[in-house]
Amino acid sequence: MNAPIETGATVPDATAAPDPSRVPYSRYTDPALHARELERIFYGRHWSYVALEAELPGAGDFKTTFVGERSVIVVRDADGSINVVENHCAHRGVRFCQQPFGRVKDFTCPYHQWNYDLKGNLQGLPFRRGVKRVEDGRTRIDGGMPADFRLEDHGLTKLAVARRNGLVFACFDHGVEPLEDYLGPEVLPWVDRVFDGRALTLLGHSRQRIPGNWKLMQENIKDPYHPGLLHTWFVTFGLWRADQRSQMVMDAHGRHAVMISRRNEGGKSEVTQGVTSFREGMTLHDDRLLDVVPEPWWNGPTVTMLTLFPSLIVQQQVNSLSTRHIVPRGPGAFDFVWTHFGFADDTPEMTRRRLRQANLFGPAGFVSADDGEVIEMSQQGFAQDPGAATVSRLGGTGVGPTDHMVTETLIRGMHVYWQKVMAE
Amino acid sequence: MSAAEDPSADGRGAASAALTEPRGLPLDPGVRAELDALYADYAAALDEARYDDWIALFADDCRYTLQPRENFDRGLPLATLAFESKGMLRDRIYGITRTLFHAPYYQRHVIGPARVRATGVSDGLEWLEVQAAYAVFRTRVHEPSEVFNVGRYLDRVVRDPADGLLRFAEKRVVFDSENILNSVIYPI
Repeated sequence: MNAPIETGATVPDATAAPDPSRVPYSRYTDPALHARELERIFYGRHWSYVALEAELPGAGDFKTTFVGERSVIVVRDADGSINVVENHCAHRGVRFCQQPFGRVKDFTCPYHQWNYDLKGNLQGLPFRRGVKRVEDGRTRIDGGMPADFRLEDHGLTKLAVARRNGLVFACFDHGVEPLEDYLGPEVLPWVDRVFDGRALTLLGHSRQRIPGNWKLMQENIKDPYHPGLLHTWFVTFGLWRADQRSQMVMDAHGRHAVMISRRNEGGKSEVTQGVTSFREGMTLHDDRLLDVVPEPWWNGPTVTMLTLFPSLIVQQQVNSLSTRHIVPRGPGAFDFVWTHFGFADDTPEMTRRRLRQANLFGPAGFVSADDGEVIEMSQQGFAQDPGAATVSRLGGTGVGPTDHMVTETLIRGMHVYWQKVMAE
Repeated sequence: MSAAEDPSADGRGAASAALTEPRGLPLDPGVRAELDALYADYAAALDEARYDDWIALFADDCRYTLQPRENFDRGLPLATLAFESKGMLRDRIYGITRTLFHAPYYQRHVIGPARVRATGVSDGLEWLEVQAAYAVFRTRVHEPSEVFNVGRYLDRVVRDPADGLLRFAEKRVVFDSENILNSVIYPI
């Protein structure tokens, strides 16, 4: 990551751009803007993805993850509920939980053994009432916490938690609206299409650090323009290209979106004219890599890509399913955590198929690897010329749903919302 | 790290305790030399981008997986790359040379001594189970070299009856690196 050349880009300047089709490069590089994004967006009234319930099957099962750049612990309580608490001790700030996952009965900070229950309530601490000892025949009590010290005043920071059909979200601001209202009636049915309440099976994780601003990942999956151009496999095998029946959906705020399409036979057509990534006649040596079997719950679309602002992407691309969690790491980088899953009623053959098709996605994927690469190159361009601006005018300058994919409306929608939240 | 893999996790070592896994097997010096040559050829083929030569180091019936250690340790099946045939290896090579867009980089493999965990003969086929640590350095245009990926190979090596040479029937690459530096393009 390059250090920003210009640090004088102030918040008002960068948020004042009225035209969401021209985004100043500094919006991706300015540390002051990034700090404000964390406060307004990641720690404000927005739901952040933290887990699949399938990762925490039993009481006491926990994982550590991030909301924005703050480490949190997601833990299954004895009654089956899920709690999310911030991962630092109330006493001396120690990020006490260093394991990525595990099973516990309670949490104890190793430094001074302050002990918390699974809800984050402080249960006890050593020497709270001092240490009694006998000296020169007299009993005395040394030290201890003041008489007015109350355990209930010193718990872990507790986050609001929302669950829906196996997805778990958290928010530092307890005034956040209900998750269903947050996602909105346009997008919620597409979330429920993948997560309809069936038990999920965890297949595993991939993690990559991409040297680009976190918004670029949201924009990549709000950009139906690039897949049939950048990704040879998509255009050649007809997984995603501009001559397909498709639909771009967004919520009323423009912050969440769904890109929906139906695969076709691929091959040569008007949309492959001059497309350098198209490979006419390309066939696989082993076509099990693309052994697609339609599933009843698809109800038509073969691909739905959901962007749930600010930190989650949900992928259904033929038989491959994943959540992709965006964890910002300063303005110039983010971690991208993939969790691949299937359904508990999958046959062994379907599980193997999902794992094979995972070769297309993730940090080495036949398709996804080049997304990370171009995001890094965008960031390089932004850093060297922060006064310039993007041009996202495919389909005009307006914002709204479409019944085709030749548009950048979803990117513009997110920036309209971004400008509103950052200016508030 | 799983405790089962690290007997010294309590910081006191396990020198006086029973070994949790036997020491590596001594080999006939000739076989040892063949094995060393196989791993040296593997590193050189990748680092010199001789991908047909890389594929030629695999047996006709072969597997290649590149998997994060966290999935391996937890018994989760997801791999970053999972190829089940020589055809899939060829498809990957076509991908990295013809279809994947990426910033170019050099790879440099450093592979530690092979540790032989078991040997045998099955159906007339001589095989060895081999473990070796590796580190891969990445060098991008205009950039200094950096540690790209580290881990271990857990391999099944067979003597190919066609020409008597050792080849990989299974190459399982388990990497420690918690975050992939953007993307993995070339095989490891």
